[in-house]
Amino acid sequence: MASLDDLKKRIASVKSTQKITKAMKMVAAAKLRRAQESAERGRPYSEKMNNIILNLSNGISDKENAPKLLSGTGENKVHLCVVMTSDRGLCGGFNSNIIKKAKSYFSKILNEGKQLKIITVGSKGNDQLKRVYGDKIIENISFKESKNANYFDADKVGRIIIEKFEAGEFDICTIFYNQFKNVITQIPQAQQIIPLNNEEDHNNSDESYEFEPDEDEILSNLLPKNISTQIFKAMLENSASEQGSRMSAMDNATRNAGEMVDKLTIEYNRSRQAAITKELIEIISGAESL
Amino acid sequence: MGEEFKIEIVNPEKSFLVKEDVLEVVVPAFEGEMGILKDHISIISFLKPGIIKVFSKSGDENYYVEDGIIEFKNNNLSILTSTIFSVADLDKSKQGDLLKKAEAEANKSEISDQAKYLADQKVEVLRSIN
Repeated sequence: MASLDDLKKRIASVKSTQKITKAMKMVAAAKLRRAQESAERGRPYSEKMNNIILNLSNGISDKENAPKLLSGTGENKVHLCVVMTSDRGLCGGFNSNIIKKAKSYFSKILNEGKQLKIITVGSKGNDQLKRVYGDKIIENISFKESKNANYFDADKVGRIIIEKFEAGEFDICTIFYNQFKNVITQIPQAQQIIPLNNEEDHNNSDESYEFEPDEDEILSNLLPKNISTQIFKAMLENSASEQGSRMSAMDNATRNAGEMVDKLTIEYNRSRQAAITKELIEIISGAESL
Repeated sequence: MGEEFKIEIVNPEKSFLVKEDVLEVVVPAFEGEMGILKDHISIISFLKPGIIKVFSKSGDENYYVEDGIIEFKNNNLSILTSTIFSVADLDKSKQGDLLKKAEAEANKSEISDQAKYLADQKVEVLRSIN
């Protein structure tokens, strides 16, 4: 049994841990609100972008010569996976959920005998993946310096992807991120961005547009932007998810620490009482023997 | 209903501007400036660096954009752009920064003709704001 002093020390240390987790929870809650707002404000842009591209690809006359970013290279050999995680830990299952999703996808691809290339965004994903898939990681991007997700960073990632696509380094590109649903639920997503996957209904194709200049030119201008937009959307969703996940993780940690303090206090009091009783018995039996 | 239509300008961070009482919008489309009035035919086009002029009942506004794409449909004008500044808010230092960046870009030797054209446009437009 631990001595009274040890118990006292442990209670103090659990209490200070609780203070830290509580503070982290508050910080995450404040950041979450901001991240959630910007995720929501960012949605119209990517939705509209998607809409326009959908309308454009419906209106395109010559499907054969459509830009490769839309129709793909026609091959299905090399897969590029962009795994987007956070730069900081202590956020519950946030990173491991993405990694799990990504890993199951990786093994599926490798089992089909296809080639795999990985770009990690965020250092946590890189840390977890490099042990198993270290030789597959071709690039690791991290935005530790940027406080909030911003379009400029997303554009950088988008440019890298497009550069590699134009150099013919891969055929299909998929991004992995967590979609923010609410504070306790984040859904890991795998979204294919090259070639563009528009299986959604084409029912508004009766709408006819005038294009200026022609469709092809607009499309080839727009598609690279769409890549950056999708990346940006993923980054926004990710940062909201990260904060949400951290908040609930820290909430749990705070509660657990509270329970632990209660348990330790009871144990402390018990052993204190036991010690007193023991001393009393010693005194009484000492007095009796006189 | 009069001659008004709705405009929405969005950038990746937020919905930048929503207005319901717009009479005319002039946008710097890639192939030249284009004025849009109510009941314009549905159109999709993209922008070069320039000034978007919004004429509405509640006053006229000018915005500087570097790129973007516009969609007009059912009297709804959507403009998507990654870089947009209200000309009224654009102070001298900010404008100077943008101008410097654009000039540096335009003076690079190993850029494509199109990039050069766009950079030149930026310089020209930014200078004209003064």
